[in-house]
Amino acid sequence: MSNVTFKFDGVDYVGQAGDSLATALLKNGVLHFTDSTYRDRPRGVMSLWIDEPNALVNIDSGAGEPMVQATTVEITDGLVARSLSGIGDLPDTRDLSRYDRAYRYADVLVVGAGLAGLAEAKKYADQGKIVIIMDDKPEVGGHAQQCGEIIPAELLAALTRENVTHLQRTTVIGTYDQGYAVAVERRTDHVNSKVSTDVARIRTWHVRAEHTVLATGAFQRPLVFENNDRPGIMLSHAAATYVERGVTKFKTAVVVTVDNQGYVDAIRLHKSGIRVLAIVDVRKKLSKASKKSARKPAEKLGIRIIKGATALDTNGTLDGILSSVVISDPKSGLKETIATDLLAISGGWTPTVHLATYIGIKPTWSKKRAAFIVRSKVKSISTVGMLAGDFEEYEPAVFFGPELDDTQALVAYVDHQRDATLRDLRRAVGAGMISIEHVKRYTAIGTAHDQGKTSGTLTMGLIGNLVGLAPDEIGSLTFRPPYIAVPFAALAGRERGLHTEPIRTTSMHSWHVAAGAPMEDVGQWKRPWFFPKPGEDLHAAVLRECRAARNGVAVMDASTLGKIDIQGKDAGAFLDQVYTNMFSTLKVGMSRYGLMCGVDGMVFDDGVTTRLGENHWLMTTTTGGAAKVMDWLEEWLQTEWPHLEVFCTSVTEQIATVAIVGPKSRELLALLSPGLDVSKEGFAFMENKYADVAGIPARIARISFSGELAYEINVSAWYGLELWLKVMELGAPLGVTPYGTESLHVLRAEKGFVIVGQETDGTQTPDDLGMDWIISKKKDFIGKRSFSRADTSRPDRHQLVGLLPETSEFVIPEGSYFAEVQHKGATPPIPHIGYVTSSYFSGELNRSFAMALVHNGRARIGERVAIGNETAVITEPIFVDKENVRRDG
Amino acid sequence: MLHIPCPYCGPRDETEFHYGAGANIFYPDPAIATDEEWSKFVFIRENPKGWHAERWVHSAGCRRWFNVWRNTITHEFGPTYKPFTEQPKRPV
Repeated sequence: MSNVTFKFDGVDYVGQAGDSLATALLKNGVLHFTDSTYRDRPRGVMSLWIDEPNALVNIDSGAGEPMVQATTVEITDGLVARSLSGIGDLPDTRDLSRYDRAYRYADVLVVGAGLAGLAEAKKYADQGKIVIIMDDKPEVGGHAQQCGEIIPAELLAALTRENVTHLQRTTVIGTYDQGYAVAVERRTDHVNSKVSTDVARIRTWHVRAEHTVLATGAFQRPLVFENNDRPGIMLSHAAATYVERGVTKFKTAVVVTVDNQGYVDAIRLHKSGIRVLAIVDVRKKLSKASKKSARKPAEKLGIRIIKGATALDTNGTLDGILSSVVISDPKSGLKETIATDLLAISGGWTPTVHLATYIGIKPTWSKKRAAFIVRSKVKSISTVGMLAGDFEEYEPAVFFGPELDDTQALVAYVDHQRDATLRDLRRAVGAGMISIEHVKRYTAIGTAHDQGKTSGTLTMGLIGNLVGLAPDEIGSLTFRPPYIAVPFAALAGRERGLHTEPIRTTSMHSWHVAAGAPMEDVGQWKRPWFFPKPGEDLHAAVLRECRAARNGVAVMDASTLGKIDIQGKDAGAFLDQVYTNMFSTLKVGMSRYGLMCGVDGMVFDDGVTTRLGENHWLMTTTTGGAAKVMDWLEEWLQTEWPHLEVFCTSVTEQIATVAIVGPKSRELLALLSPGLDVSKEGFAFMENKYADVAGIPARIARISFSGELAYEINVSAWYGLELWLKVMELGAPLGVTPYGTESLHVLRAEKGFVIVGQETDGTQTPDDLGMDWIISKKKDFIGKRSFSRADTSRPDRHQLVGLLPETSEFVIPEGSYFAEVQHKGATPPIPHIGYVTSSYFSGELNRSFAMALVHNGRARIGERVAIGNETAVITEPIFVDKENVRRDG
Repeated sequence: MLHIPCPYCGPRDETEFHYGAGANIFYPDPAIATDEEWSKFVFIRENPKGWHAERWVHSAGCRRWFNVWRNTITHEFGPTYKPFTEQPKRPV
């Protein structure tokens, strides 16, 4: 074995490659790893693996890890770790490691590569099945490997078959419905201590398996007695394994056991040169078989056996390290103190039931095994090995610790990591709690990093003792994924930074970026927010942009609007059902604004739809609502009206749209498309014309979302940027001004146009928005019936109104609630009457203004309201050009 | 994650689908529905423990709606059926 140098708490150590950090430190004589989180108790390593409650470390080398168990860290050259007292530190540098993800199908997924799991993997591999076997430890073989046993060669040979995928260092962290499992494979930390930028540090596996075999094994349980948490006290299985692996710190051992495992480990310790001073067995009598297999062999080696006794307390050195153990048998009156530097505890086995409980399989209590075991009755899941209770030959006593009075129970730890004691359990029970779910929350037992892997069954057993019930009468063990702590980066895989979410950009995006426009996220779209000139802030830019739209000509990229191509002979009839207003009567070449409601009569989306041909329509939706509307249309066509011949296709990304807005937009359009009749009479409001615009085939629609004369020029998305450049070039003499979403919002609000999702939240009818004019009386449509429901037809619903702050510079924060004016400056609670949906400063009005939803709002026009110390007057929700004269230029 | 049997594409992961609540919910004629019938259609859905006939749409696949029996306790899927076809018997 090669030597490896590493650093722990600032001290350099040498260890052997392949050792865990815990093993390496123990070999170096380190017993005291850390102090406990809440009570500063000195603590050392207790276990071998992921159940470890004490030896928490922070990894500072490589990618860094804020909190891991020293028992699970494989040492590498240059590893830097430090002990933790419960709370870790995230590295403050960006993790540059690579993470990725894999998806696999399997006939059989085997979780756990101990002897039981290996046998199952071989069985299915022999049948020709596609097998994936995953195990969380560095090496194959589970307990057998830890005990230095030889793994049968034919089992190992099966792992190399073509139809078998075998992964070590791979922890299944969650099991889900229909054979779905998620696992994390640690791939580089055991190789070196550097950040891994080329090979994925952790790969997250998503596996779908026809059949799942859970062979998750078991953890050994400690016992609860006074001062049971000193460095030098270990689970017997762990103690024997550490000593076999070359830990020489211990000279003597006392083994306290409730089962035959204690004898097995005592003999292992003895054979490794430790003087085993006594095996303290809580059981007086053993079965013949156990006598033969466990007690006799120990006696033969000359090991003293104390029957019917247990550990009651321990003593320590000045540093708190174990120095002796107090053995007691209350029945015989025996009380003896034995000096020793190692106390090995065998408190029975706790099968690792987590993955089974995730998918709803309940563990059952087996008195014979003193454990919760899982025997799956679900066809697609089998449970084998220790998980299924395959350890009855150990003959454990149902015993969790000696009886202690209240003064003693103070330092008898149940959950080491939470510093929760038997006394805490007593307090919980004394307060009337029995259910494990209540006790857990009261004492915090099982809520730490180790998630109660050692303390779960103990807690149930001890509560049971206190109230005279069996452990399964206290409740059942319910766990939730993930089985171990997983870095978020591992779950994110490559979907970090720019890859977190798809980014949608228009064909003109590069121009907006070059112009220095900050972007606003609208769904997945990036839209320019405003186009600042040097020295301008948002406010100044928006004033300038709006002034151009109201007095000259401004231009906007409107390509992100959702667009759905609708064709078929019944499309008109279908649109009549989908929109509240009539579409089937619309003339070819004309556009109409429409509003959609859900079956509940609430506004759902809006947009302008154009009749391109007799049976051909182009619907636009809100930018964020496109996918939702598409789904909605398909749902009705497929599930209610399949007799309608209508076909819907999303064309959002196929069409680029440039809106030119303002009194000079007609002049600009004439420059762009010299042959086109742009006169007021020749190109009517809501009319569409096909023409070449700057040489590009285009459909031009006279549509306005600002109240000004305006045109939307639609071209193939391939020509979007070229069109934009031409508009900017030819519009330059007219002072054409690009504007973003902020000015768009101000312009439409000045005109009283709502934005679905801003003025609405799914609880507004068209009438609430003052849009009863759009509700057809001549036909039915989706949601119409709901308008006559008692609640929907109430006259005093929240209705859309305008607000003019009486301090004309005061822009009310959007979302503000407000009250009647007599509550001005009052201390809440005060009854509110409404809330602000949109609020801006208007250059056109030279004052602030807002839109709001107000209880019985239309009847309150003219009333004053109080927003904190400010006041405002309720008005109609239209502020500019009430007569609609500007739209014709 | 559920493994949902799309009758058009075969079994696919749940992330490709959207849920559409209970199947076979009659759309009442709005012209004659009483307030009670209408509100039942709009707001009231069954939430049984056990087998439930429900609608799913394969949004990220064929975009088609279908119905399927699903056991809400075990998440087991029963037979699927297309809209406007006869509902298969409730599985046992």
